[in-house]
Amino acid sequence: MTESSPTTRTATEWKLPPIPKVGVLCLIAMESSLFVIFVVAYLYYIGKSLNGPLPRDVLTAPILASICLLSSSGTIVLAEHAFKANEMGRFRFFWGITWLLGAVFLVLTGVEWKHLIDEGLLISTNLFGSTYYPLVGLHASHVVVGLFLLGAVFLFSATRRLDKRHLMSVEVISWYWHFVDAVWVVVFTTVYILGVY
Amino acid sequence: MSTSDSNASQGSIQSTEALQAEAASRSRILEWIMTVDHKRLGIMYILAGLVFFVVAGIMAALIRIQLAVPHNHFLGPEVFNRMFTMHGTSMVFLFGMPTIAGLANYLIPLMVGTRDMAFPRLNAFGFWIFLFGGCLLFYSYLGAPGIYGSGSAPDVGWFAYAPLTSKVFSRGHTVDYWALSILLTGIGSLATAVNIIATVFCLRCKGMTLFRLPLFVWMVLVTAFLMVLALPPLSAAQIMLLLDRFLGAGFFDTQTGGSAVIWQHFFWIFGHPEVYILILPGFAVVSEIIPVFSRKPIFGYPVMVAASIMITFISLGVWAHHMFTIGMTSVGNVFFATSTLLIAIPTGIKIFNWLGTMWGGSLRFEPPMLFCMGFLFQFLAAGLTGVMLAIVPFDWQLSDSYFVVAHFHYVLVGGLLFTVFAAVYYWYPKVTGRMLGGRIGKWHFWLLVVGFNLTFGVQHFLGLLGMPRRIYTYEAGRGWELWNMISTIGVVFQAAAILLFVYNLVHSWYRGKQAGPDPWDAWTLEWATSSPPPSYNFRQLPEVGSRRPLWDLKHPDDPDWYHEE
Amino acid sequence: MSLVRAVRLKTARLLLAGIFLILASVSLGAEDRIHKVQNVFDPHSTPAHGILGIAWIVLAICALIFVVVGSLLVYAIWRFREKRGDQGTEPPQVYGSNQIEMAWTVIPLLIVLVLILVTARTTIEIDEPAFPADALQIQVVGHQWWWEVVYPEQGFITANEIHIPVSSEDDPRPAIIQLASADVAHSFWVPQLGGKRDLLPNHPNRMWIEPEQTGVYWGNCAEFCGTQHANMLIRVVVDTPEEFEAWVLNQQRPPREDPAVAGGRHIFETMTCINCHAVGEKGAQNGFGPDLTHLMTRGTIGAGVGETSRDDLYQWLKDPDSMKPGCYMPDMKLSERQLNKLTDYLTTLK
Ligand code: HEA
Ligand code: HEA
Ligand code: HEC
Ligand code: CUA
Ligand SMILES: [Cu+2]
Repeated sequence: MTESSPTTRTATEWKLPPIPKVGVLCLIAMESSLFVIFVVAYLYYIGKSLNGPLPRDVLTAPILASICLLSSSGTIVLAEHAFKANEMGRFRFFWGITWLLGAVFLVLTGVEWKHLIDEGLLISTNLFGSTYYPLVGLHASHVVVGLFLLGAVFLFSATRRLDKRHLMSVEVISWYWHFVDAVWVVVFTTVYILGVY
Repeated sequence: MSTSDSNASQGSIQSTEALQAEAASRSRILEWIMTVDHKRLGIMYILAGLVFFVVAGIMAALIRIQLAVPHNHFLGPEVFNRMFTMHGTSMVFLFGMPTIAGLANYLIPLMVGTRDMAFPRLNAFGFWIFLFGGCLLFYSYLGAPGIYGSGSAPDVGWFAYAPLTSKVFSRGHTVDYWALSILLTGIGSLATAVNIIATVFCLRCKGMTLFRLPLFVWMVLVTAFLMVLALPPLSAAQIMLLLDRFLGAGFFDTQTGGSAVIWQHFFWIFGHPEVYILILPGFAVVSEIIPVFSRKPIFGYPVMVAASIMITFISLGVWAHHMFTIGMTSVGNVFFATSTLLIAIPTGIKIFNWLGTMWGGSLRFEPPMLFCMGFLFQFLAAGLTGVMLAIVPFDWQLSDSYFVVAHFHYVLVGGLLFTVFAAVYYWYPKVTGRMLGGRIGKWHFWLLVVGFNLTFGVQHFLGLLGMPRRIYTYEAGRGWELWNMISTIGVVFQAAAILLFVYNLVHSWYRGKQAGPDPWDAWTLEWATSSPPPSYNFRQLPEVGSRRPLWDLKHPDDPDWYHEE
Repeated sequence: MSLVRAVRLKTARLLLAGIFLILASVSLGAEDRIHKVQNVFDPHSTPAHGILGIAWIVLAICALIFVVVGSLLVYAIWRFREKRGDQGTEPPQVYGSNQIEMAWTVIPLLIVLVLILVTARTTIEIDEPAFPADALQIQVVGHQWWWEVVYPEQGFITANEIHIPVSSEDDPRPAIIQLASADVAHSFWVPQLGGKRDLLPNHPNRMWIEPEQTGVYWGNCAEFCGTQHANMLIRVVVDTPEEFEAWVLNQQRPPREDPAVAGGRHIFETMTCINCHAVGEKGAQNGFGPDLTHLMTRGTIGAGVGETSRDDLYQWLKDPDSMKPGCYMPDMKLSERQLNKLTDYLTTLK
């Protein structure tokens, strides 16, 4: 490094992180912080309901739904690989599977809620209801948003409007999807393991 | 410093100018409404913030009139309770937050040498949703039956403790207005925070490494992180409150076994970081102004950065110092006292580094510097009363008394407001191309110093004499009359100062001295472009080699980078 | 070193005590048995003394820091102001110094450590005291906007005024106060007797005081609790042990039945009064309104908005809102005759 002029001190390489990735990381940080509060509220109120129905009476662990959601994290990775390899057919296949798995999860959640409502559990019934529906519902609403994004990408791809330039979007959406998955692990542990035993 | 050909990813002048031309054909007002330009949004944020400040300030004046003498009948209890709730809420969420967002929006792209924020549209969205939220809060005065009617405007205090906010104890929709509007302004602030982070990480000009960022940018960046982590808990709590009130959930409903304490935790998990969100940008302003008006670089730049980061981390773990009186275990109390006291260290480091910057300098006391000096003394006093509050047993006496009111006005007015004024005096020439009157500025400063210390200095005594906060009336003979009267008289001086300031703003807009690009002989990039800057900020994106690029340019014989590291 | 600190502390203490004595004397009333001026620096009870002890330490440390840092600031502002001839030249550019940074990190750290230690000690001392098993137990329940006071062992309920016997070296009589709330959050605060503690629904709390001087101590609810938070005043009456015994005996008595006011009593028992208030065995025991059994032994009504004089009682019954706007006692729209009779009756409840 010569010291003759100030300009020579500047970097020759100038690489900065891409905006969408930083943006989605911020989003994930915010969402995590939001979920933490709902999870804490749930944990805090475990066993404090004054009347039934209680978790152990009415909750069954949604194993199938969980398997769907968790495996969708795998299929989205496969889709991403296909995208990078520019195999659009394979990409669409796995991306579609991911969407379907998410949709199945959502439907199963709906079925579970129906069952709980039939059992007489509403948000206003007791503290279990008060904390259960918002927490699981908040997560489900993230699945809904994720399905919208996944669906949009799928449609773009199906109409052949998606190509290598959109790698960033695909990556960012898949990060978000992984996050939704990770949150489910926490929610599952909180609601169906800690909350029942 | 030199310039480089623009980087394609950072936006080109051509397209911006094309946008300009298109915009010019629209009407002027529409142009502002449709804008996504960070400078215009910044200005609108600050103006909106100042309007809310004046409104909330007038409310404060009414509060003080009511309390001037015992047994006053100026305001009834309902009106008074709404008044302090709206005063506190709007000062924090509608004056503090947007003003900070405005400064950050205006200055960060200029300081890091780029053309706009990373997400310009999100930025505009953030502003409008904030404004909508703010208007919604005040709409509650009309939305419910009239100013004197029952149930109009929230009246539960700015931290709205449960279960006073539950349907049973707060009928009508005032609490709903409160929760919703704060939720909305929170979304606006989050948009700003994401934007700040992405801009600083992704759009710095060539050579602007993280350790060459101006300290302003560093501290605002740290603030943005704090917002990202601390605002969502508040949103979560607001959502829970709304669920309670609309769907009958029981998060904060003590009658169905809910807890009265968990709201306090949730609120202060947000609330304490919030006060640092409010003061760190103040520190940021001071860290830019003191060096320029001392003619020296900031003392201990890396330490300042480290201290800011420390403050961020520690401030996430001190919230329960607002709850020493709820009957926590001794372990809990001492833990939170410890974390709270630890914050004094990085904060002290900052004060000492500003002192070190001034030491051996050549200090010019223009209005921006004057306001910074006021800040230093007042913040010192405020920090030390904060330390007293952190001493658990002493807090058992002081909590929720006027001592606390004095403490937080010393930080919020003596700290935040003074630095906002410093910032306005410092950057007004950049924004408008004209200087903000210096003589009036000095009057403004001294009137405010006198008024502020009169109003809030004596409130320490009131607290020590057992006066609780949020009371609309009091008995004679409790030792409070004299101090309350003095406190109210101080507001007259403050109001005069604010009036002068408003006059100054308007007058200088038309009549102010032409400023030129760099009136203060400063060193950061915003002074490298014209005043006001063109919509694309820099014709060619700059390239920097040190923390003070303009210093290097002006002193090629002794450039900064030679001394750094 | 410790001597220096002691001297410093002492001077600071004297100085501050002076200031606050002046502060207090400005508005000291004539009756010294009524402690209206609740100066934190003039404690009359054990935990309040303990708190003041630590307060002095903190105040002294903070005052010292303020003076030192403030003087440095003043010096820098004065000494380094721009002087004629400075224009055009720049002062030497100094970028920092690790030694100095070290110094101003470590010194505050040490001060903070000291503060943490004294805080821990006093907090535990006050919060976890050891008491004799026979200490006086009192339950205080916060209501919007008055205080229900229960003496469980003595078996009676009263309101707004808390009687406690005075404590002395050879006859220590700590009073333990259990705190609860019937509705929203309140906070119990009588500065000269002790720090405040919140009354929260679903969250029982406890505090204690050991007053050493007789008199009436004024305090306030210190947590915002709605419209009339300002008029939720506390009176702690510290009696001599004999006075206290006599007071308890009287409170335990059933209500007086003065035949001269049978009309008023009849109105009281047939109007809605009885739905919210109790007089002896009769009436609502749910505590919605204050117990009135021995109303006239109290000094005030409405948690401090009026006196137990005939005029004030009359006015209160006529229109509670005129004395305490927004309070939860309704305006009964009584006729003048009913008002007079009721007031006559209430004034016999000694
Ligand atoms: C900008 C806002 C801001 C800032 C920066 C601070 C800073 C601090 N605050 Fe403050 N605070 C508020 C805003 C703020 N506060 C508000 C709004 C409330 C009330 C909310 C409500 O109830 O409505 C409040 C209430 C509040 C309480 C609760 C009181 C109660 O209700 O019971 C406490 C208790 O610990 C506290 C402590 C502190 C401390 C220790 C600091 C520290 O950060 C201060 C650190 C600074 C210094 C100490 C000075 C400089 C340091 C040195 C010169 C070094 C040497 C010093 C030592 C070694 C001690 N604050
Ligand atoms: C940034 C925050 C901020 C700021 C700047 C202020 C500024 C002021 N505050 Fe505020 N205050 C709070 C934040 C703030 N406050 C908070 C959070 C609370 C707690 C609320 C709660 O308990 O819930 C509070 C509570 C509070 C109380 C306690 C109320 C109570 O507990 O009962 C008091 C009482 O004195 C008070 C007074 C003042 C005064 C006199 C000012 C002054 O500095 C204001 C000066 C400004 C003016 C006087 C405006 C004058 C302007 C004009 C007259 C010109 C208009 C003309 C044109 C436009 C042409 N405030
Ligand atoms: C709906 C309930 C209700 C009814 C009915 C009611 N009161 Fe009250 N009363 C209250 C409440 C609540 C208070 C406490 C008000 C406060 O201090 O905020 C109170 C306070 C009082 C007090 C002052 C007590 C004290 O120590 O402060 C008196 C005296 C009183 N009521 C008498 C009456 C009489 C006589 C009637 C009937 C004509 C009556 N009340 C009917 C609720 C009621
Ligand atoms: Cu009870 Cu305030
Ligand atoms: Cu705090």
